Amino acid sequence: MEKVRFHLKSFFRECKRKKVLFLMISPVLLYFIIFAYIPMPGAYIAFVDYNIGKGIFGSNFVGLKNFEFLARTGDLWRITKNTLLYNMAFLAFTNLFQVAFAIMISEISSKWFKKISQSVILLPYFISMVIVGFFAYNFFNYDHGFVNTILTSLGFEKHDFYSDQGIWKYIIVFFKIWASTGYGMIIYLAAITGISTDIYEAAALDGASPIQKISRIIIPLLKPTIILLFLFGLGGILKGSFDLFFNLIGNNSVLFKQTDIIDTFVFRSLVGSFNFSQGAAVGFYQSIFGLILVLTVNAIVKKIEPDSALF
Amino acid sequence: MAAEKNVARIKVKKIMGREEKVMKAFFYIIITAFALICLFPFLLMITSSFMNEKEIITEGYKLFPKEINFSAYKFLFNNSKNLISSYGVTITIAVVGTLLGLFFMSMAGYVLCRKDFKYRNQIAFFIYFTTLFSGGLIPSYILMVNGLGLKDSIWSMILPGLMSPWSIFLMRNFMKAIPDSLYESGAIDGAGDFYIYWKVFVPLAKPSLATIGLFLTLGYWNEWYNAMLYIQSSKKYPLQYFLQRIVTQANVQLLIQQGITVSTADLPSESIKMATAVVAIGPIILVYPFVQKYFVSGLTVGAVKG
Repeated sequence: MEKVRFHLKSFFRECKRKKVLFLMISPVLLYFIIFAYIPMPGAYIAFVDYNIGKGIFGSNFVGLKNFEFLARTGDLWRITKNTLLYNMAFLAFTNLFQVAFAIMISEISSKWFKKISQSVILLPYFISMVIVGFFAYNFFNYDHGFVNTILTSLGFEKHDFYSDQGIWKYIIVFFKIWASTGYGMIIYLAAITGISTDIYEAAALDGASPIQKISRIIIPLLKPTIILLFLFGLGGILKGSFDLFFNLIGNNSVLFKQTDIIDTFVFRSLVGSFNFSQGAAVGFYQSIFGLILVLTVNAIVKKIEPDSALF
Repeated sequence: MAAEKNVARIKVKKIMGREEKVMKAFFYIIITAFALICLFPFLLMITSSFMNEKEIITEGYKLFPKEINFSAYKFLFNNSKNLISSYGVTITIAVVGTLLGLFFMSMAGYVLCRKDFKYRNQIAFFIYFTTLFSGGLIPSYILMVNGLGLKDSIWSMILPGLMSPWSIFLMRNFMKAIPDSLYESGAIDGAGDFYIYWKVFVPLAKPSLATIGLFLTLGYWNEWYNAMLYIQSSKKYPLQYFLQRIVTQANVQLLIQQGITVSTADLPSESIKMATAVVAIGPIILVYPFVQKYFVSGLTVGAVKG
């Protein structure tokens, strides 16, 4: 980390000298102070018994009681486990699909096929998760969902997906892959096109088969990119995908045991139960855990590839 | 011996040719299959929106309906007031947010790439640190509602997505590549810092402006989350949140103008849901072929860390 140490006097002198530049960057500074730095001490709410009338810093300090309660009810363990497992599955499967499709598309020789398939696979990335929620409704709705249409026309009984806990983890992972393959595929494709053609030519002269070309050249050369993106993904493993879960599951509490993640829990404690302190406790836990993860991952990256470390 | 070896080599080459053909055919099949899976939900939604309500109720959503029926679209057209107002909200936040975000972030990128600006590294870290640690949703919510009084304000949808460290650094890295001599010659001619930014750097940074502008616009177009947290009056619903309310609450009544009562029995409510989603997706599908190229270059630029 850089040293953030400066002398006030020389700082003001510099301010005066570079007035216009300071003025130009001030909207951004102001923005981050208001929207990122001011809420930070607000995380203190996790340690109080929040009372709207008294405000965050006027409410009674209760120490770790909020955390204790969450741990005792088992909520903390359940949502941590779900968040970790889902994100690990996301990380593994999306990367696998992204790399596989990048390699396959790079091997295709037909230009128009390449272009069209690339566009089609990227298309889901443009769609909001709200629309994905519509797709899910379209497919799995009990009364007239497409899957049930097929099931009944084949003579099977209808299946009530919205009360079947077991199946949603597959549906969620499916839609995650569906939505994010195109995006990562393009990043990997860029890395593949960056590989010098000399290497391919030399390999072809030596009689390398196309499969050898993929397994001995492309994959090893992609490895640093894969590892890097994987490690960065690891840093954010406690966060994200709220919109996917919320739009597919919503407030369907029947499915919570298998589909509740930290983000949805915090959201519900804000909007549903107005339990600000407990929600904030979970949020604080997520932030600290995330910070530790990012620092650890960064240390690992620094060891493997010093140039690619974040800081 | 030598002849045998030659024969073997020719054999290997033949196998390789066949192997390559098989492999490529295999790739074509898998890619086509996955592309179809990517398209399928869109197709199903579109065909469902053209279905007759009776057919949906008795037989369910289908890929090939028996007859094509426009009643859902007719209904949407006749009761379009709320849909149009949410279109208006989405377009407003997208335009305002994208323009403001681009202006502020490109200025910041310019200042941070100026080597004579002494505090650029400290400020960069100040911005970067926000990605490492945050107060979390609840303190942010309390700030937005109690501190800034933005409950039910259109700004509550614009401000949260306005700036991101990632975009600022992308902008800075792009501007770093612009040669210093351009800035120096401008300074010698007596141009001010802002003037140089506006007349020299902005025109040269157009590709990165386009990239980040697209990301911002897409983010605002798909905005629903902040609306769900902060927006109360239905007049201010953006498009995606409007949709979300329709599907989660099975609330087609939202579409109907206030004052006019339609008996729910006559509503083609199931096909209306899908038709509304089609109308909301429409613009994206239409501009997609044109912006996709920029988007791809934006993704690849973003992937190269600097």
